[in-house]
Amino acid sequence: MPRKKWGDNKRKNPTQSRNRPYAIVSYMFVAIFVSLIGWLVYFNLVKSEEFINSPYNTRQDTFADRVIRGSILSAEGETLAASQIAEDGSEYRYYPYANMFAHVVGYADYGKSGLESEANFHLLSSHAFFLEQMKNEFKNEKNKGDNVVTTLSVKLQTAAYNALGDRKGAVVVLEPSTGKILSMVSRSDFDPNYLKDNWDYLTTDEENSSLLNRATQGQYPPGSVFKIVTALDYLRKHGTVDGFNYTCQGEITKQEHTITDYDRTVHGQEDLRSAFAYSCNSAFAEMGVQMGGKSLREAGESLLFNKKLPLTMDYKSSVLSVDGKSGVPLMMQTSIGQGNTLVSPMHMAMVASTIANRGVLMKPYLIDRVENYNGDRVKKYMPDAYRELLPVSEASVLAELMEGVVEYGTATSLGGQGYTVAGKTGSAEYGEGEIKDSHSWFVGYSNVEDPDIAVSVIIEGGGTGSESAVPVAGAIFNAYYYQ
Amino acid sequence: MINLIVELSKYLLVILVILYTLQCFQMFRKREEHRQNALLRKQLAVIVLFLTLSFLVMFLKSKDFRMIFFYGEMLLYVAAIEIAYRLLYQKASMLLVNNMCMLLSIGLVILCRLNMEKAERQFMIVAAGSALALAVPVMIQKMRFLKKLTWVYAAVGVVMLAAVFVLGRTTFGAKLTLFGVQPSEFIKIIFVFFMASLLWKDSSFLQVVRATAVAGMHVLILVMSRDLGSALVFFITYLVMIYVVTRKPLYFAGGMAGGAVASVIAYFLFGHVQQRVTAWKRPFSVYEQEGYQIVQSMFAIGTGSWFGMGLFQGSPESIPVADEDFVFSAICEELGGAFAICLILICMSFFLMIVNISLQIKNPFYKLIALGLGTEYAFQVFLHIGGATKLIPMTGITLPLVSYGGSSALTTIIMLAIIQGLYILREDEDEELEKIRKALEQNAQEEVGR
Repeated sequence: MPRKKWGDNKRKNPTQSRNRPYAIVSYMFVAIFVSLIGWLVYFNLVKSEEFINSPYNTRQDTFADRVIRGSILSAEGETLAASQIAEDGSEYRYYPYANMFAHVVGYADYGKSGLESEANFHLLSSHAFFLEQMKNEFKNEKNKGDNVVTTLSVKLQTAAYNALGDRKGAVVVLEPSTGKILSMVSRSDFDPNYLKDNWDYLTTDEENSSLLNRATQGQYPPGSVFKIVTALDYLRKHGTVDGFNYTCQGEITKQEHTITDYDRTVHGQEDLRSAFAYSCNSAFAEMGVQMGGKSLREAGESLLFNKKLPLTMDYKSSVLSVDGKSGVPLMMQTSIGQGNTLVSPMHMAMVASTIANRGVLMKPYLIDRVENYNGDRVKKYMPDAYRELLPVSEASVLAELMEGVVEYGTATSLGGQGYTVAGKTGSAEYGEGEIKDSHSWFVGYSNVEDPDIAVSVIIEGGGTGSESAVPVAGAIFNAYYYQ
Repeated sequence: MINLIVELSKYLLVILVILYTLQCFQMFRKREEHRQNALLRKQLAVIVLFLTLSFLVMFLKSKDFRMIFFYGEMLLYVAAIEIAYRLLYQKASMLLVNNMCMLLSIGLVILCRLNMEKAERQFMIVAAGSALALAVPVMIQKMRFLKKLTWVYAAVGVVMLAAVFVLGRTTFGAKLTLFGVQPSEFIKIIFVFFMASLLWKDSSFLQVVRATAVAGMHVLILVMSRDLGSALVFFITYLVMIYVVTRKPLYFAGGMAGGAVASVIAYFLFGHVQQRVTAWKRPFSVYEQEGYQIVQSMFAIGTGSWFGMGLFQGSPESIPVADEDFVFSAICEELGGAFAICLILICMSFFLMIVNISLQIKNPFYKLIALGLGTEYAFQVFLHIGGATKLIPMTGITLPLVSYGGSSALTTIIMLAIIQGLYILREDEDEELEKIRKALEQNAQEEVGR
């Protein structure tokens, strides 16, 4: 073998340099292949759930041949829905609480709704011990599907359901620090155990719309609870709520359009705090006209009006239609929560929850964890912040205003308890004609120092907030603290 | 009981494909011939086991006796092709043959699952094509004039593509087929021959301009025929080949930038491009129309998760054109994500092997051909899998050897036979190389003399 000359090592290997572009092309394609694998892994780990749980996905229904649908449980472990075997061997769904959880738990026949739809994939997947699954395969028996443990509290649901009574309306209870949905009631309702017998009636009965989940899909004028938005707009414009002064004469007229206060009450000299606490329409109409449609819309949109809400269930977005071109009459109407504005009880609960949680909205969620039928954990859902809708400074001013409502304003009946409450009442007029009915609203939260629960209540045709919605909220707070 | 077998088999199938993939990559390390041969035999055993297990499961689930026949046919095919190569071409790369058999097996298994009639038709084409392709390596050796036909390749390519554009039948909104064949598939090979014969000895600016003009015509006609996937494959192959011969990254970067600008223009110019992009970005918003396919594909991949539903256990038939443009999703659903990842790795090793062959070839013309064909293969795999998994917008392109489609399978089989021919040639080409070097020197001297 000839010895290599000195310097040969230093010179570039000619073959190597000639082949360099080939190496680069190979690396490039290797990178592309690796990115394909990476994306597939990422999709399976992170994104697939979002797709699989889509209501469009009918693939899971084929699992039903081999899996007995799992149960839906409350946070306390009470059964809300379970599969049972009929005498003829067929499976059917049993709902022990009948009407009480009808909308939030939903139904599994005639299409699926509520949690029966949202958690369909988990209910029809089995994580039973694999030896047992094999045994079942041998015996040609079905495996037992996983159970879904919800965030729902039977205690609060019962209290809210009974407090609403036979009146139509809705209640949502959230835990502000986590976004857990503790209760979601909608009336009028139906008994999912007898869905088959009543289906034709339920689908055609437009007067009651019992299948509609009013909590998320109901669209109501917000009435005076909207004054939270108007006050927020004022606060943003002026940096403080201290400078506002107004003398209320029981009504206000601009451009031949008149807004009256409830019962034409003359509130006299007032600042923004007392105007908010007494829910003075004249003062807020004046305020709204001063600020104009553009900024009111921006304030509303920062609280997710006209926006998608971070919800996993079907819902309707809230509507706030004013803009810079809106005329004075519409501005007067809108700033007191009338006009064209529409909201859902769930959205208002999220607004109260955001204020209670120092401006940060936690994504509302219903499924706490998934377990196999023995109770071994399969998957745990953790609280997830949506984002900060308000800076802490603004949230604390709004909280202060809402505390005034309970201390000396329209919701004093919630005071004097072992717990503290902050909130806002509303009566939202609806319908046409001279004598109008109104929906009764209350939104708020308890334990103002370190909020425990946020509540949103609406009672259709319930009159003022104080007379109907506030007592329902009181019943929920009492159940939470005293039962 | 049957369910238990099906359930167990899906894990076994994943284990088999993992074994096969590992063997593919081990081949890169093992240099001694006897070790390589041992590995190749093991791979063959894995292929036979894979076929046995999957056809057993499919027979048990479908109770269709055609499955048994098909299994027999598949074994015969694999045996015939392996023996033929060993007899006719002792120097052939058996890893290439194995990979082809494995990918064809995966494709035909999933096709039997989806549509038995189509599977039978596909098998006929594959078998006939493979038999014909046995002659290709000899032809490569004998036909030394191939590098002189530059402008013949260009003319054939452009004329045939134009003919499809004018006369072709429209399917799924694109003009692809002429008398039942899809010429753009075969022109992929001709195009690589054109690029290689134009550039192998002279990569001056003028030649690059010529290449650009012809490649541009190919791409433009394909875009007008709405065959965006093929247009992209041609474009990328053109860029890679230009880059490799000129060794100027600037050409590549400039080409990519130009491609990006052209894509944006195409987006605003063509409604169907916008539809594809919308279906990719917000599939649920157009669920009823163009989003349906991709959403079903994602349901399939998500439902399959890591280990799949098992053969005949999912519902891949709910994805429109599952056997062609979305065959990867069908594999994900029934054979599982782990299997699919191995499939990607097998395709990658396949590509690396082709580049490796290209590196070993000294004749610059053949070298370029191997690289060009490898690039087309790799990029087509990327477009198919990326599109089916929603990494990139859908381009509607097949997964070579796996998807249903006669033209696509035939083209890939011929491509591999060409690469096989080049692989065999590289061993006794030193002599040839000497002549070329002299020719080049002469060329240079003339240049200086001028």
